[in-house]
Amino acid sequence: MSVLVDAETRVVVQGITGHQGTVHTRQMKAFGTQVVAGVTPGKAGATVEGVPVFNSVQEAVDRTGANAACIFVPAPYARDALLESVDAGVRLAVIVTEHIPFHDMLTMYHYAKSKGARIIGPNCPGIAAPGRSKVGIIPNVVFAPGRVGVISRSGTLTYEIVNGIKEHGLGQSVCIGLGGDPVVGTMFVDALPLLQADPETDVIVLVGEIGGTAEEDAAEYIRHHVTKPVVAYIAGRSAPPGKRMGHAGAIISRGRGTAETKLAALQGAGAKVARFPYEIPELVAEIVRAQARR
Amino acid sequence: MVKLAEWRGKELFRKYGVPLPRGAVARSPEAAEQLVRSGAVPLPCVVKAQVLAGGRGKGGAVKFAATPEEARAAAAAILGLEFKGETVKELLLEEKLPIAQEFYLSLTLDRSLRLPVVIASAQGGVEIESVDDAAILRQPVHPFPGLAAYEKRRIAAALGLSGPAATALDGLLDALWRAWIAEDAELVEINPLARVGDGLVALDAKVIIEDDAAFRHPEYAEIRDDRTPLEEIAREKEIAFVQLDGTIGVIANGAGLTMATLDVLKEFGGDPGVFLDLGGTDDPKKVTEAFLLMAQAKPKAVFLNIFGGVTRCDTVATGLVAAMQQVPAAERFPLIARIRGNNEKEGIEILRAAGITSIPSLKASAQAVVAAAGGPR
Repeated sequence: MSVLVDAETRVVVQGITGHQGTVHTRQMKAFGTQVVAGVTPGKAGATVEGVPVFNSVQEAVDRTGANAACIFVPAPYARDALLESVDAGVRLAVIVTEHIPFHDMLTMYHYAKSKGARIIGPNCPGIAAPGRSKVGIIPNVVFAPGRVGVISRSGTLTYEIVNGIKEHGLGQSVCIGLGGDPVVGTMFVDALPLLQADPETDVIVLVGEIGGTAEEDAAEYIRHHVTKPVVAYIAGRSAPPGKRMGHAGAIISRGRGTAETKLAALQGAGAKVARFPYEIPELVAEIVRAQARR
Repeated sequence: MVKLAEWRGKELFRKYGVPLPRGAVARSPEAAEQLVRSGAVPLPCVVKAQVLAGGRGKGGAVKFAATPEEARAAAAAILGLEFKGETVKELLLEEKLPIAQEFYLSLTLDRSLRLPVVIASAQGGVEIESVDDAAILRQPVHPFPGLAAYEKRRIAAALGLSGPAATALDGLLDALWRAWIAEDAELVEINPLARVGDGLVALDAKVIIEDDAAFRHPEYAEIRDDRTPLEEIAREKEIAFVQLDGTIGVIANGAGLTMATLDVLKEFGGDPGVFLDLGGTDDPKKVTEAFLLMAQAKPKAVFLNIFGGVTRCDTVATGLVAAMQQVPAAERFPLIARIRGNNEKEGIEILRAAGITSIPSLKASAQAVVAAAGGPR
C-alpha cells in the first residue's frame, strides 16, 4: 500500500448530493478512485454519477464495503457526519468542509483517535496518490506518478507546487493536504513517519504557513527521525503580525510561529529551504539528480 | 474572531459564576458620578477605559476615585481618549478592593497538543509574555472527561493556594471551563486574578469568541470587530479581504497562495496594499463582486493570481471581465493576470478576448505588476 490510500481504498462520499459532493465524486472517479457509495440522509435510492446513495454511513459500509470517507457536509453538521462514519468502521476520513468550529474538531479528533481512525483536514484538499487513488478535491491535472511525497497546510498553493513538480518532469508518490485550521486530524508530525517509511517516496516536500508551531514540531521530528531529504517552504513571510490571512490558523502571535522561527528550525534540522514556491521544484530536481549519481 | 470588551467579558463571567468586583458601565461623566452617588459602585473605585488593547494602566486609561466628584473628573479625562487607535466611548467603574496577591489564569487552545490548556502563574498583573517560563504552569485538559479535580489541585499548588483560597479556585476553574466550552471561546483570560482575603476575584476579563462558531451564537453578531469599512462589506459577502498600507491589490484563491503571492511581490520591491482571497467558488458573480470591492480600495495595479481547483479558471475570467466593464474608465487600473489549473485554456481564452494576457510564470507576472504600479520601492 502506498501512503494511506491505494487501489483498495473504497470511498463513501458524505454529502454526495450537494453541488461540491457531486462535482468531486466525478473528479475522484476520473482519477481512478473507487467511489462506492454516497450518503445524504433522506436521499436513499438515488444515484449520483452512477454511485448509489444511502441514508446512513452504516448502510453504505454494510452494502458496499466502504473503508474511507470524504466529507463535504456543511460545517454545522460536519461533527455528526464524522462521528457517524467513525462509528460505522471507517478508518480514514478526509474532511473538505471549511469553517468547522475548532471546539467541534477537538471532539472529532479525540473521538476518531480513540477508535483508531485517522482524520485528514478539515478545510483541506485531501490526499492523492497518482495512479492509485484520490480522496478529496485536488485537481487531477496537476499530478504525475513519481517519487516525491508532498505534505502541505495549504490548498491552492499545494496545487501550484505539485504542478511545478510535474512541469519539472518529476512526479508524486503521494500528496497530502493537511488543512490550515487550528486543529487538524493529521499534522506534519503525523504525516512525516508515513513518508519516511514509504518505500516509494525518495524526497519529501513540506509546505507550511505562518501561525501555530506545526513546522517547528516537524523540524524537531525531522532532526531525529527523517533520513530522506526534505525541501521546505513557508508561506506568509511578508504577512504583518496580528492580521488574519484567511485561515484561522495563520495568525502570528507572541513571537512564535513566524516564518523566521519556522525556517530557522527547518534549516537547522537539515531541510533545504525554498524562499519562493517556484524554487521548490528546482531544489527537488537537484536532489533527484544527486540521488541518481549515487 | 470576536474580542469582547472587558465589561462584556465580565458579563459573560458573571453568567458562569466567576467572582467579580461590584461595578457598572458609564458612557458620560455624569453617568459615572451618578453610579457612585447611587451606591451602584462603592467608593473608593477604579475607572477603566473599555478598549481592546492592553497596557491601559500605564497609558493613562485607568484612574482611581475616592469621591463622586473625582469619579466624574476621571471619567471626563478618560472618555474620548485616543488609545492605541481606539477612541474611548465606554468606561467600567468598579469598587477598589484590598488586593493581597495577583495571579495570571487563562484557558486557551494548544494546537500542537490538540487540547485545551489552562495557563497559570503566580506572577499576575503583568504581561504573561514577560514572565519566565519556569514560573508558568501549562495544564492540558482532555475534552472528554473535562477538567479533573487532580488537575485543579495541581493548578492551585502552582499558584501557592491552599485552604479556602484553593476551594475558591476550584469553583472558579469549573466556571472558566464551562464558559470556554459553552461560549465557543478561543481564549478566556483573567489577568490579574486577585486574592482578596480568602476569596478570588477577576479584576480583568479578556474573552475571544471563535468566528466559525457564529452559527451557534447569534448574540455576538452585532459586536464590532477591528475591521475597516471595506473589510466589513467583504465579510458580509463572505470574501476574505485584508487592507494593509500599500499600493498593489492582490486577488488570489486560498490563504496559502495569497500569502505566497505577497511574499513574491515584496521580493521584487512591490508593496501589496489590499489582498483578497476568493476562496473556493464557482460563481462568476462572486468574482465580479470581489473585483469591484478591490476597485473601491483604489490600488495602483492589481495582480490576479489564481490556481484553479474548486474555483475554475473560466469562472474567474468570466467574473473578472464582467467586473472590468462595470468599473468607470477614469477609475481603471492596470491588471496583470496569471491563471493556471482547472479549465486554464478556457480561462485564458476569455481573458484574451477582453484584451488581458495571462502570464504563466509567477516570477515574471509579479515583476510585471511591480512595474505597472510604478516600479520597485
